[in-house]
Amino acid sequence: MGFFNIKGTVQPLTTLSQLGKKPHTLLVPQIEVEASDRYRGLHYNDLELCIGCGNCSTICMNKAIDMVPVEGIEPKKGDSGLRPRVDNGRCCWCALCVEVCPTGSLRLTKDYIFVSENPEDFLWTPGVSNPDGYQRASFISTPQTTLTELHRVPMPELEGEERVKSFAEVVLGYTEEQAREEARRCLGCGLCTEACPEHMHIPEYINAIAAGNDEDAIRIIYDNNPLPEMCGKVCTRRCEEVCAVTKRGEPLAIRWLKRYAIERAETADILYEIINPEIKPDNGFKVGIIGAGPAGLTAAYYLKLKGFDVTVFEATNKAGGMITWGIPKYRFPVDSLYKQIEYMEKVGVKIKYNTRVGKDISFEEIYNNFDAVFIGVGFQVGWKLGIEGEDLEGAMQAINFLREVNNVFLKDENGNFVRDEKGNVIKIKEPNKIVEIGDKVVVIGGGNVAIDAARVARRLGADVTILYRRRVKDMPADWEEIEGAEAEGVKIIPQGIPVKIIGDENGHVKKLVYLKAEMVPDPKGGRPRPVPIEGSETEIEVTAVIAAIGQGADYSFIPDKFKEKIQIERGRIKTNEFRQTGDPKIFAGGDAVNRTADAISAIADGFRAVKGIEKLLLNKE
Amino acid sequence: MRKKATTIYLGPQHPGITGNMMVRLEVEGDTVVKATTHVGYLHRGFEKLMERRNWLQSFTIVCRICVPEPDPNEENYARAVEEIEGREVPERAKYIRVLVLELSRIQAYLLWYGGQAASTGLYTMGQWSIGDRNYILDLFEDLTGGRVYHMYIWPGGVRRDLPKGFKDKAFRVMDYLEKRLDDYDRLMFDNAIFQKRTQGIGVIDPEKAIEWGVVGPPLRACGIRSDVRIDEPYEVYDKLKFEVPAFKGGDVWTRALIRRFEIRQSINIVRQVLEQMPSGEYYNKIPNPHKWALPPGEAFVKTESARGEFAYYVVSDGSTHPRRVHVKGPAYVHAITLLENLLVGQNIADVSVIMNSLGTCPPEIER
Repeated sequence: MGFFNIKGTVQPLTTLSQLGKKPHTLLVPQIEVEASDRYRGLHYNDLELCIGCGNCSTICMNKAIDMVPVEGIEPKKGDSGLRPRVDNGRCCWCALCVEVCPTGSLRLTKDYIFVSENPEDFLWTPGVSNPDGYQRASFISTPQTTLTELHRVPMPELEGEERVKSFAEVVLGYTEEQAREEARRCLGCGLCTEACPEHMHIPEYINAIAAGNDEDAIRIIYDNNPLPEMCGKVCTRRCEEVCAVTKRGEPLAIRWLKRYAIERAETADILYEIINPEIKPDNGFKVGIIGAGPAGLTAAYYLKLKGFDVTVFEATNKAGGMITWGIPKYRFPVDSLYKQIEYMEKVGVKIKYNTRVGKDISFEEIYNNFDAVFIGVGFQVGWKLGIEGEDLEGAMQAINFLREVNNVFLKDENGNFVRDEKGNVIKIKEPNKIVEIGDKVVVIGGGNVAIDAARVARRLGADVTILYRRRVKDMPADWEEIEGAEAEGVKIIPQGIPVKIIGDENGHVKKLVYLKAEMVPDPKGGRPRPVPIEGSETEIEVTAVIAAIGQGADYSFIPDKFKEKIQIERGRIKTNEFRQTGDPKIFAGGDAVNRTADAISAIADGFRAVKGIEKLLLNKE
Repeated sequence: MRKKATTIYLGPQHPGITGNMMVRLEVEGDTVVKATTHVGYLHRGFEKLMERRNWLQSFTIVCRICVPEPDPNEENYARAVEEIEGREVPERAKYIRVLVLELSRIQAYLLWYGGQAASTGLYTMGQWSIGDRNYILDLFEDLTGGRVYHMYIWPGGVRRDLPKGFKDKAFRVMDYLEKRLDDYDRLMFDNAIFQKRTQGIGVIDPEKAIEWGVVGPPLRACGIRSDVRIDEPYEVYDKLKFEVPAFKGGDVWTRALIRRFEIRQSINIVRQVLEQMPSGEYYNKIPNPHKWALPPGEAFVKTESARGEFAYYVVSDGSTHPRRVHVKGPAYVHAITLLENLLVGQNIADVSVIMNSLGTCPPEIER
């Protein structure tokens, strides 16, 4: 064999030297090897941190994640009560669920061995099936790695110094680019929809904005909210409180996005053209609505669409209720308001202005002439402070103060204002002529009304101090409003309880005396209570004291025989889920019904009352 | 006397270790007279599936297009998306990507060592190389969190930065492997049986190779130096020093030599990358994946995988989902046209030797 290859035969044999070496593979019983610190093994979920937003389920294209109820976890505000359940037979451990989890509760662990004879066992709820998985969590999401965009597109605003010079709108609104960018942050989980009293279709309209379909967004918004421009500017936005992104970052600017969408329709005509509402033919029923506030207008609009003949009785010369009279114009300009009302009137809502029920027309007359009545009168009367000196000249109710100031803006003939090309009031020539408040104003209270009053007083040229019983963080007012007030130079004195107002010889307020308070934890677990500190009386010089500690309703227009039937408890009208009162023909909504006392709840009431009225008159479920 | 042809079905269950495909052989005696490939056993419809997934969700399935070497798919997809969107990738991420691609090439070659040797009856080689491949997989596990499917290179960069101690560990593994390659040489390349089984077998004619569109090691084994890393450098390959071998011969043996040479080059590339890697960001964050829309456009990108040029053509219509993702792997040419032609006239025993030398990989034929 001439081609016998000696090297080729001997060389492979040298590998026999490997025989003596320790094997570097592992023997069969030793199958459990510690996985690396970044291993993508079985899931673990921190059940407390998880809010059940379902993003993990949405991103998973293997359909390996279902959202299921878990024992011991109840749905609550900002938590769907559901938790992800992973089908380990479908999971491919790509860990996209971890990357999109806005809270960071979902993680993958180092565990990779799971044996069971029962196929059902492979469906497991991370965190419930492996409560101790926390210790072995390996592939985790941090604020640096998460795919959730944590930072909001900043809203352009007027500078603090510029703001106090006029009543021009402070918030300038997103540009198209900014709105698209902000809308693209939305994860689409819909926790906001649950939190919104009106259950607006938030993920849907944000999606439309993100995709560039602003007109679609407007139509989606108008599906259950006829006053979106108002909501887009001044809503209390419970939706943003529960936004899934909040857990680690700033919530979606849901309110500003709605504002952006609605501002695309510049006039009521364009709005009508876009929405092109389908108005059903007259069904022969008449509904009377008392009060053209958010609740009344909502009920009126949707009833009209459904073919009812609607008449709204409004005591003043402008529709809108508190959003017209209570909210300062730097937050909600006159034009925005008019646009919405004009659109409603185009649809066919009849508003009778300057018609005060109980004076210009009796309640009984409305009750007898209409097939159903909706009461949406709101809270018009401010609560008294209950301290000495409250009746002195210069002590006033915030709500009256705001009404006076807004009244000026609504009267176009007033020559005291210079308007810019948009028609916004930009300069006040003689600010003190509107309401005499002097230059040292103290506002008492910590809610949105207090902040509004303070910021308005600041615009009228006064130095303003807010006196609040509790800490700043306890203030029920919107945090953006508080920040806005501070930026405009409003001083806040927290933990101060007013004791008395001292007047001068002319009967005008001169000094306000208050006690400092300390916060005492509530033994029952409620929020801490302020307790005055003995001997801590402090005086401040004042030229006006504005009380903003709450409001109540005035039901004097309702005759006693109806009052008995509709049941008024502690200032509020009792209603069922359809906002129907003790008298089946009478419905009610707005501040007079719900505790939250904000516009979006009022809109929700109006919307529910429409269903109730439909059920009552058309016998429709 | 004319022999009667017999039909033999090779596969579809893993002929060699290439994945599920079938070759129908018509043989006369021991000699193949006709070979017909039958694919379709692994069709999972990746390209179509991606049209239903958004840009990020698609990223998790591209790696599954090639089991032995998933990373070129990830890199291709990520780069195509970046090209359409105009997204910048941090320098560090590019280095990490090259690191992953080269580690991936090494482990693919180690897998090939086992397959090629086993097809000639040399099973020890496979036990060694698969065992050593595990060290690379350990590196992958540390770096990406996964051993085989890494899902690590994604649009904008890579998912996580290098973990602590990774560089030292990687250097150690490279040193170890380099030493081991000498053992491999003694066992496999010096082996008379292996030489006899591979030399002069499955010879590709250089002219035909170009005509058929052969790429990668099989093309370079025809004496044609062609490598995407050099011809159209991507990521940071233009900053690295390495050689691309090209030998004349065109048979299984030459193809094996090319790979033997290349695995050493890859080890050097890994070392260079680890030394030169700059600090900084590893990821240019993509927006919220649920609403991440790419501008309309298209991109054609390619990488050099262990088996040759791997190309992706991605089309965006401006929506959140790809309009079309087309994958062109080297096996599409190698394992159908080329294989059918090469097998004619060969011995039955050499069929799987040739299949392995071409880098047959059915999953990428049937994306």
